[in-house]
Amino acid sequence: MLKDITLGQYFPGNTPVHRLDPRTKLILVVVYIVALFSAGGVVSYAVVLAALAAVVVLSKIKLKVIAKSMKPLLFIIVLTGLLNLFYSQGTPLVSFWIFTITREGVFNAVFMILRISMLITGTFMLTYTTSPIALTDGLEKLLNPLKRIRVPVHELAMMMCIALRFIPTLIEETDKIMNAQKARGADFETGSLMQRAKALIPILVPLFISSFRRADELAVAMECRCYHGGDGRTRLKELVYQTMDYVTLIGGVVFLAGVIALGHFGL
Amino acid sequence: MTPILQTRDLTHTYGAGTPFESDAIQQVNLSFERGEFVGIIGHTGSGKSTLIQHLNGLLKPTGGDVLLDGRSIWSDKKFTRETRFRVGLVFQYPEYQLFEETVYQDIAFGPKNMGLKQDEIDQRVRRAASFVGIPEENLEKSPFELSGGQKRRVAIAGVIAMEPDVLILDEPTAGLDPVGREGILANIRAYQAAQNATVIMVSHSMEEIASNVSRLIVMNHGRVAMTGAPREVFTRSKELISMGLDIPQITQVFLRMRDMGLPVDTSVFTVEQALESLLTLRGGKGHA
Repeated sequence: MLKDITLGQYFPGNTPVHRLDPRTKLILVVVYIVALFSAGGVVSYAVVLAALAAVVVLSKIKLKVIAKSMKPLLFIIVLTGLLNLFYSQGTPLVSFWIFTITREGVFNAVFMILRISMLITGTFMLTYTTSPIALTDGLEKLLNPLKRIRVPVHELAMMMCIALRFIPTLIEETDKIMNAQKARGADFETGSLMQRAKALIPILVPLFISSFRRADELAVAMECRCYHGGDGRTRLKELVYQTMDYVTLIGGVVFLAGVIALGHFGL
Repeated sequence: MTPILQTRDLTHTYGAGTPFESDAIQQVNLSFERGEFVGIIGHTGSGKSTLIQHLNGLLKPTGGDVLLDGRSIWSDKKFTRETRFRVGLVFQYPEYQLFEETVYQDIAFGPKNMGLKQDEIDQRVRRAASFVGIPEENLEKSPFELSGGQKRRVAIAGVIAMEPDVLILDEPTAGLDPVGREGILANIRAYQAAQNATVIMVSHSMEEIASNVSRLIVMNHGRVAMTGAPREVFTRSKELISMGLDIPQITQVFLRMRDMGLPVDTSVFTVEQALESLLTLRGGKGHA
């Protein structure tokens, strides 16, 4: 049940997408999002979708996995679609009771659903193909210039890295605690909203306590290995741009320019 | 008499229909009698945890059935819930599930969920606390003030307070010092004797198994590989070792002695038995 959550998970692999420099992938995701939001017509959407499909195919991430990670967000996607369907002004197609569905509404709904799903899938492709460590390394390198204005870039990156690392651990822990309380007759499935909220206490308290304990242990373990922040810290694997990265980045810029140009002509 | 708990062709497949499909347990047929102390051993991933989570209905089998008093625990919803209380399951490191403000309230969590009356809950909490040796004055303390061993006792008391007919424990002594280990095992034996309860214990310590259980189940690759009295099982040391398991250290010593040509009995698994066996070997000269 809880184990099925794939959000933010990394699927190891050795595909061209996996091998790209994390900085390239981070920049590409930004480019992709900008492109997605500048797309204004069927053609530009098709181009963005094709780009996404190419990445999915290249990365060998299974469609089933992507579909699964969409599940928790399904409600938001459907709601947005419905709101757009009913609240758009324009030429009416059907109307019943107080609802009117317009041509524009149908278009808007389809585009909104597509846009959100593509946004989610695109960003998931980043975390699916990049290990948390590579991701934070890349982020740290990219944000390095901000150190000049005293932004604690290394600390932020480290915090993010740790947070990502502990998502699966926390999920597993929650599962265990839930089972233990169920074995003592705890009931999470029935009762009023208030009762169900109360039923969460036996899960949340142990979860908080173990998180603090874990954080404490991790801090001690890091200090034992002489961790003292980012100053003067060297790396085992320095990030180096490869030819493929330059090609991809240029490709990304061309792609963005193309989509913006298409949007300009209303396609 | 029907066994209190039975499994019939119990099978559980994780992620059926996905590429991650794997059989955690297959065709497990076991039965547990009233008042028995049964040990389960098996290396990591042999299906022990999956098996015990089926016995109280936490996991629903993908094939086969679990019977309590001869009745399927999945026959109706009420009975499934009743099973949770009649088959008490203590997980590994149970102290991490403590959450209440006081020891008393934490132990009372199970009985409260059973819907018992206040005075019955009170009696059960005190009885459970005395089984595991929690002094009266600790009942009003916060469970988080206690030592690791004490916390574990509180957690076990939380399950014992439901007064289950079958008590299942997953490595109840993991991470405790020798005194703490023996203490917990003595508590469990006391509960078993007082309630004529069935105890099923998963353990990695062969010594612990050898000196406590009357019957032993060996799991391997999701199947029951052997079952029998510890004496019978431990004589098949080669098979056990090939499954990534161990035999008690004293048995290892005796096996080595036999390899060296001494005519010793290799079906010993506690130090006391070893002593006796060695004394008879010397010509039964008694306790010198």
